[in-house]
Amino acid sequence: MSTESVLRIVWIYPDLLSTYGDRGNLLILARRAALRGIPVETYSVRSDQPMPSTADIYLIGGGEDGPQALAAQRLINDGGLHRAVNQGAAVLAICAGYQLFGHSFFAKGAKCPGLGLLDLHSDRGESRAVGEIRGDIDPRLGLPPLSGFENHGGRTHLGPGVAPLARVTAGVGNDGQTEGAWHGKILGTYSHGPALARNPAIADLLLRWAIGADSLSPVDDTWPDKLRAERLAAAGS
Amino acid sequence: MPLRAKVATSVSKTAAALSRAAGRGDGSVIGGWIGLKIDPDLLRNLAAGRAIALVSGTNGKTTTTRLAAAALGVLGPVATNSFGANMPTGHTSALAKAGSTPFAVLEVDEHYLARVIDETNPRVVALLNLSRDQLDRAKEVAMMAQMWRTALAGHPDISVVANADDPMVVWAARGSSHITWFSAGQRWTDDSWVCPESGDPIERANGDWWCTGCSLRRPQAQWRVEDDGVIDPRGDWHLVKLQLPGTVNLGNAATALAVAAEFGVRPIEALPRLSTVASIAGRYAQVDRDGRNIRLLLAKNPASWLEAFDMAEQAPTLLSINARDPDGFDTSWLYDVDFSPLHDRPVLITGERAFDLAVRLEVNGIPFRHVLSFDEVVRSVPPGRLEVIANYTAFQDIRAELDRVN
Repeated sequence: MSTESVLRIVWIYPDLLSTYGDRGNLLILARRAALRGIPVETYSVRSDQPMPSTADIYLIGGGEDGPQALAAQRLINDGGLHRAVNQGAAVLAICAGYQLFGHSFFAKGAKCPGLGLLDLHSDRGESRAVGEIRGDIDPRLGLPPLSGFENHGGRTHLGPGVAPLARVTAGVGNDGQTEGAWHGKILGTYSHGPALARNPAIADLLLRWAIGADSLSPVDDTWPDKLRAERLAAAGS
Repeated sequence: MPLRAKVATSVSKTAAALSRAAGRGDGSVIGGWIGLKIDPDLLRNLAAGRAIALVSGTNGKTTTTRLAAAALGVLGPVATNSFGANMPTGHTSALAKAGSTPFAVLEVDEHYLARVIDETNPRVVALLNLSRDQLDRAKEVAMMAQMWRTALAGHPDISVVANADDPMVVWAARGSSHITWFSAGQRWTDDSWVCPESGDPIERANGDWWCTGCSLRRPQAQWRVEDDGVIDPRGDWHLVKLQLPGTVNLGNAATALAVAAEFGVRPIEALPRLSTVASIAGRYAQVDRDGRNIRLLLAKNPASWLEAFDMAEQAPTLLSINARDPDGFDTSWLYDVDFSPLHDRPVLITGERAFDLAVRLEVNGIPFRHVLSFDEVVRSVPPGRLEVIANYTAFQDIRAELDRVN
């Protein structure tokens, strides 16, 4: 966490990458920090503004092909996000935002260069993956199962420099076997939109990474727990 | 009409009547479905010889269709799909049921606009708006705009009535040679920050908008809302008295007047008819039960939730969410809606996806109570107004509780 002991969270390019409720992750992180008495500042950084490199957590969401390619290009030219990651910032990258963290991705039929911050690349699948997704998260992260809704046409191939975020137990994810990826303090997932609404433990992991804490005081998760139980059951097998 | 079309029309009407009699619905889908099975060209045959207006867009199309049909009623009988059955089965059923009318106003699902233009050869097409709506199934907004643009390019004879405030609509329409622009305002702007022509950012200020990288910009509107009325292309202001609530319905009225004008109907003739419309397939309907005045508002996507909050009174409010096929299976959009306008009133929640709503409201800092049945809702609020805001199938469930109020 930065020296002023305020947790700073950046939402990257909501003007380009906010197709479906991506704001939810920013709201949920800010709320869960506030419930622990952690002072928070949030920043929505538009694509025509410089990307700060000194925040603690960066969020990037889903979007259509054109905005995705534009966002990747601007982030590469800006360089602020690369500096932030090199300085140890935590990242949650979702769907189109997840793809553009890799070496390359496909948008509007063309191969586009990504940020190269995760060792993976994405191409097009034969069919669109739409529906509930569930997976067992990498045991090293110590989290309960992932629950989400996916809606993407891409397939993602992981290199040796990343680990899968989860093993798929329902849905498609990267390729029907694995879902998402993580390396250091960067998490990527196809669980789209407000992924943290169903996965408060992932929100708390990002907060713990950002403030360097092994644990956080518990909060009342009655409603998120009910929602999780319902959706994990609905995902079928 | 060819014999096959006559038989298909007759069977279609019978099936619709049977469906209604059996209490299975409005009958407006099943009748058309059977008719089209017998004669695949039935819609084309039923449309022939009528002067037709099509109304499409993400939001407001059912209401605008009803208002435009009321306005065109000045000229004679108008066929219309007034139950919101907005795919070709619904159009077929509506035209079959109406018999031979000189005019028709049809609401069209935005995915089907190209096909329905081909089959009905309309005189006028009204394009209202495009915003995110069920992305797990629907086409992304930019792709939808492209489909509209292509459909209109193949029919240069159509008069297009289009929303100047929505960059996606303007881009889709601007290739047409006969365009009338209206301004109905646009509360929701999160789907048009990137120019569909050049990919550059779109800037907005004081109701105006323009692309920072190409020539796409807001055209001058010939019809627009001002105060509680509408200004026509001559610059004359007309008071609009509606039974329907909210600024958004003034915009829908302006659109209906613009459509009617393409058929030669003047605002002064159309306006008295607009004020007769009280509710549309349950939307805006008011029902009295046990001393509670229950008003039904339909909200299907982020843009229409913002409009519903604008219309609702400061009274106990029930929110109900389902995620069945017609609603879309994905509830992520809940986070595109800011529920804070509800902070000053008691909020109850219900529906199949009430837990999604509960988590959303908690994050939004809105206290709520989860209820399991509509009877429990009515018992738990004091006598007086109860606002009900629900998405599509949740709305139909509540309408069924209230004896399918229209």
